Amino acid sequence: MKNLSAKKLRDKIAKGQIKSSDAVEDVFRRIEQIDGNIGAYISTFKEQSLHQAGEIDRKIADDQTVGDLAGLPIAVKDNMCTTFGATTCASKILENFHAPYNATVVQKLIDADAIIIGKTNMDEFAMGSSTETSGVKKTVNPWDTERVPGGSSGGSAAALAARLCCAALGSDTGGSIRQPASFCGVVGLKPTYGRVSRYGLVAFGSSLDQIGPLTYNVEDAAMLMNVIAGHDKKDSTSVTNETAPVPDYLANLQKPIDNLKIAVIPSFLTSAEATLRESINDAVDTYKNLGAEIIEIDMPHIDYAIPAYYLIATAEASSNLARYDGVHYGYRAEKPKDYIEVYSKSREQSFGKEVKRRIMLGTYALSSGYYDAYYLKALKVRNLIRDDFDNAFEKCDCILTPVSPTTAFKIGEKLDEPLTMYLSDIYTIAANLAGIPAVSIPCGFDRNNLPIGLQIQSPPFTEDKLLQIAYMFEKQNDYHEKIPPILN
Amino acid sequence: MAENIGKKQVQKVAKLSRLQLTQNEIDEFTGQLSAILKYFEKLQQLDTEDVKPLAHCLPINNVFRDDLPQQSLGTEKTLENAPQHDGDFFKVPKILDESSGA
Repeated sequence: MKNLSAKKLRDKIAKGQIKSSDAVEDVFRRIEQIDGNIGAYISTFKEQSLHQAGEIDRKIADDQTVGDLAGLPIAVKDNMCTTFGATTCASKILENFHAPYNATVVQKLIDADAIIIGKTNMDEFAMGSSTETSGVKKTVNPWDTERVPGGSSGGSAAALAARLCCAALGSDTGGSIRQPASFCGVVGLKPTYGRVSRYGLVAFGSSLDQIGPLTYNVEDAAMLMNVIAGHDKKDSTSVTNETAPVPDYLANLQKPIDNLKIAVIPSFLTSAEATLRESINDAVDTYKNLGAEIIEIDMPHIDYAIPAYYLIATAEASSNLARYDGVHYGYRAEKPKDYIEVYSKSREQSFGKEVKRRIMLGTYALSSGYYDAYYLKALKVRNLIRDDFDNAFEKCDCILTPVSPTTAFKIGEKLDEPLTMYLSDIYTIAANLAGIPAVSIPCGFDRNNLPIGLQIQSPPFTEDKLLQIAYMFEKQNDYHEKIPPILN
Repeated sequence: MAENIGKKQVQKVAKLSRLQLTQNEIDEFTGQLSAILKYFEKLQQLDTEDVKPLAHCLPINNVFRDDLPQQSLGTEKTLENAPQHDGDFFKVPKILDESSGA
């Protein structure tokens, strides 16, 4: 069962060939065996999941109609609100927070009869690229347990790679779905900003955050998008169906794109390690053999994406995290001497270092005297970067790049070097600044048998085409079918 | 461009951020934030005189809906996560002391 994709498992469950209860039990057996070593989950809901699975099985046995994700064991990152269990954001400040409502994506999964088996570990408030800033626990990479799973959706990616769920949701503010997907050898899609509702996603960088699927293959990503995409009146930044209709992402998935034009940015490739460059070049050759035309482009402002991104993301974060005041919910320090201390002591005692660092950086960038030089400047550069993409997409259907300059790095390697950690986001953050969709798909392994990811970026609201392009590549290889050694 | 950030400024920003940092944290953050801001100076190489700031990628407009009464969360659920509450209220230490005449 562990070698089935979510789509195949879903079809077998719907036909009554596999029981959802067996699939859920199988996953929990593995969680009990190995999640002590992996650390993918912050919380799991075994009893509730088995109960729900039993109901789905009964419905199917009775020939009742079931939802599009009926009986599938799915994991959700712990920054999406659920009325069951806690929603911690891997932070001490929210360790006992019980959300009074479900995030829209969570409700959509439930309405599609999916079974949410647990909530996954992450960098605290999604601030990090390795899941090491989690205030709850450590998550390791199933491919090499001395290495990080990537981040911030590292728990979702690790759970998937270790077959501890059959699909997962993550959130992506600067690469937090794509980079862990690449480090763990799975598919990760960041949809266009506004495609998926953010209602009930604990806010980090509100103009950058987007929820998306992590899956075993491209088809599974399309199946999940069919469920989670669409307008939500509770999120005023989710686009209406009139502006951008939601297509059926599965309908044309297997149809190759005719006259496909792919762009590469040769000057941009140099930041990546040699093995990764080779893998990307091999991927380019694969597309060439499929008849695609390859063009070389330049994106003159891409080098400025990191400072622009980190100024905007931290500015938005400093404002979003002002809500943690020790009054309405979350941790409160004991014996504050006055009202201000309720705020400052509670925050001091329960935020981790990276969160504090980013709040400080964002507050500085927004503070009087520095606003123009930092924050406003960053917003202007953001416009230049979006222009770069607009110009590029006049000449091509998509842009191929690595996902990260390296494969999964060692635990602790970059933790005390915040700037080095930030610089590792070089390939992923531009998509968030421009709001465009981007997918990471497995495209090889390095000499340490660590997965390598290929990033494909396309114009806004073209996820259907993006997934078709990704599927063309996936069909030519079996990288996505490899299983980490820990499972042997 | 702004000068390198010093300890005093870090303390000021900590205060603005409502973070009661320890001395060690102030020392550590001063070094790290200086290095990060120094790298960010790169942005000044770009001439953005005629560029408009882009706060949001979508052409966002105000979203209106009809003013219809809807179910709200209710007091009990609202207070469920409060660290301290007193009846129907969130509880905090006194904001004004006796001497302020309040």
